[in-house]
Amino acid sequence: MATRINLGFLNGYAPSWAERIVQGSALVLGHPVDAVDLEMDLPRYYSADRGQYNATLILAGLLRHHSDPDSKIVGITRVDLFIPVLTFVFGQAQLDGPGALVSTHRLRSEYYGLPRDRERLVERTIKEVVHEVGHSFGLVHCPDYNCVMHAATYVEDVDLKSSRFCPSCEAQLQVDVPRPPQTA
Amino acid sequence: MKNGKKILIVDDELSVRNSLREWFLEDGFAVETAEDGNAALQRMHSGPYDIVIIDLKMPGMDGITLERRIREIDKDAAIIILTAFASVETAVEALKLGAFDYVTKPVDPDELSNTVRNALKQRHLEAENTRLKAKVSELTLPSPIIGDSSRMRRVLEMISTVAGTDANVVIRGESGTGKELIARAIHSQSERRFFPIVAVNCGSIPETLLESELFGHEKGAFTGAQYRRKGKIELAHGGTLFLDEIGDIPTKMQVDLLRVLETRRFHRLGGNQEITSDFRLVCATNRDLEALIEEGTFREDLYYRINVFVIDLPPLRDRPDDIPALTRHFIEKYAHAMGKPVKDVSAEVEALLVSYSWPGNVRELENAVERAMVIGREPSIQPEDLPLPLARSEAEPEGSSLAAIERRHIERVLRAEKGNITRAAAALGIDRGTLYNKLRRYDIERL
Repeated sequence: MATRINLGFLNGYAPSWAERIVQGSALVLGHPVDAVDLEMDLPRYYSADRGQYNATLILAGLLRHHSDPDSKIVGITRVDLFIPVLTFVFGQAQLDGPGALVSTHRLRSEYYGLPRDRERLVERTIKEVVHEVGHSFGLVHCPDYNCVMHAATYVEDVDLKSSRFCPSCEAQLQVDVPRPPQTA
Repeated sequence: MKNGKKILIVDDELSVRNSLREWFLEDGFAVETAEDGNAALQRMHSGPYDIVIIDLKMPGMDGITLERRIREIDKDAAIIILTAFASVETAVEALKLGAFDYVTKPVDPDELSNTVRNALKQRHLEAENTRLKAKVSELTLPSPIIGDSSRMRRVLEMISTVAGTDANVVIRGESGTGKELIARAIHSQSERRFFPIVAVNCGSIPETLLESELFGHEKGAFTGAQYRRKGKIELAHGGTLFLDEIGDIPTKMQVDLLRVLETRRFHRLGGNQEITSDFRLVCATNRDLEALIEEGTFREDLYYRINVFVIDLPPLRDRPDDIPALTRHFIEKYAHAMGKPVKDVSAEVEALLVSYSWPGNVRELENAVERAMVIGREPSIQPEDLPLPLARSEAEPEGSSLAAIERRHIERVLRAEKGNITRAAAALGIDRGTLYNKLRRYDIERL
């Protein structure tokens, strides 16, 4: 059965490559993916001490907007995210839950003092969206370096892995969340 | 896929507990949380946990106290301390108490992942180390000590008693009674079992070589000393030094040995460097050391130094009840070594073996069984497979007293009649009362 996945670009974040994220993640996930606009009171989740936004609170706020049990919501934002005990996170998801959150802030090459690289940003964002949706489908981190569910604590880790599930995670996904038949 | 590991997070801040919980759930851990030390200790009782993450500063019981209390419940859990920069000194104190590591808040995700991964790796290595040590113990166990007679049971009890101590031991017994086997059993049951047991037969090495054998030598110490060589005392460091035939050690070397036993320090021959060796000494002898002291060939002070704990090994003729079990043990040993089917012994052979006086003790029995296994063609060992002195052993050994011959004969008949007094008395041609009197006089146990 298909699970609709809504990619919620937060607060007018509308990059020109948004459609490529939708198509790229739909291709890997095999579930219908749509882009939606979402308005949230982001400043409310800002921590002046950290100079970052609290991912846990944003995700909780995101889920207050979400009521359809047959779909999932993935917030995409450009702000830098943290969870209280960690210095930063690329994203966060509820394991086997309805929602997830991804930040493109540290996926940009400019953040690391490198020239702007849109293709790389698109590729990294697709991987992070698929990774967090994988968690929301109940998948945990995978020891296979090539699998999209491999844990990434550096952006280089994101670049090293592929955007696809390894056979083991793919098999688990098929058991837990069977995909709809693919049409040509 | 879940990783099968269990983690407990102890922090008074709900947001920290929740964010760490989510983080580790995504890593495949089974995660539980506790808001303070008391809740954590309750959870520990329903553990065990692979990893416990503790916030150092909590109201009520602080992280250090909690760590100490957890260690009383579970000494193996890997403890990781969460701390602020300001409390790093206390975190170091936590490390001294046995915490695996500490991380400062907020922690870099990569650092947290690495710390947890390393903690799991260490736990895995420790568990593997324990498992391998157990395996090594199992593989290095000496040959089993066979014997269920009361005297051998007493010997086994003494081995268990002394093995746990570092006391010097003297094993006394006739040649072939298995003194080295007893020494190895003491070593294998001791805390020193993961270090070597080094055996030296003081009686079989010429006096001129024994000193170098025991103490080692430096290059050029004497003609022919082309290389530095460690001696047996040095090689036994951490383990057990087994000096067989200690009664044969030359008088001059007794002084040197006594000095080593008092200080655990010595020099290699021709060397200036003082060497320390921590070993446990086990000696064996088939000679009467007290008589040697009387003769003036064994030093009294060395005798008292080595003679802390004495184990007397009975000769085989004094424990005939153990002969059938020993025979079966050697048959299985040589059947395995020779790739032959396991044999048994005919009733006639068993009677011969039990009645023989075994001047060469267990070693002679083993040799007899080995010989019989080599030359025997029948499924069971026959009298003709045995060495000649044994095959003729119906005759009593020369020099036996009449009482000894009578005692052995009564024992043989009792065994043949499986302990039945009436039948044994009839076979012996005496009445039951007389037989009972003789059993008492010779201290013969009924079967």
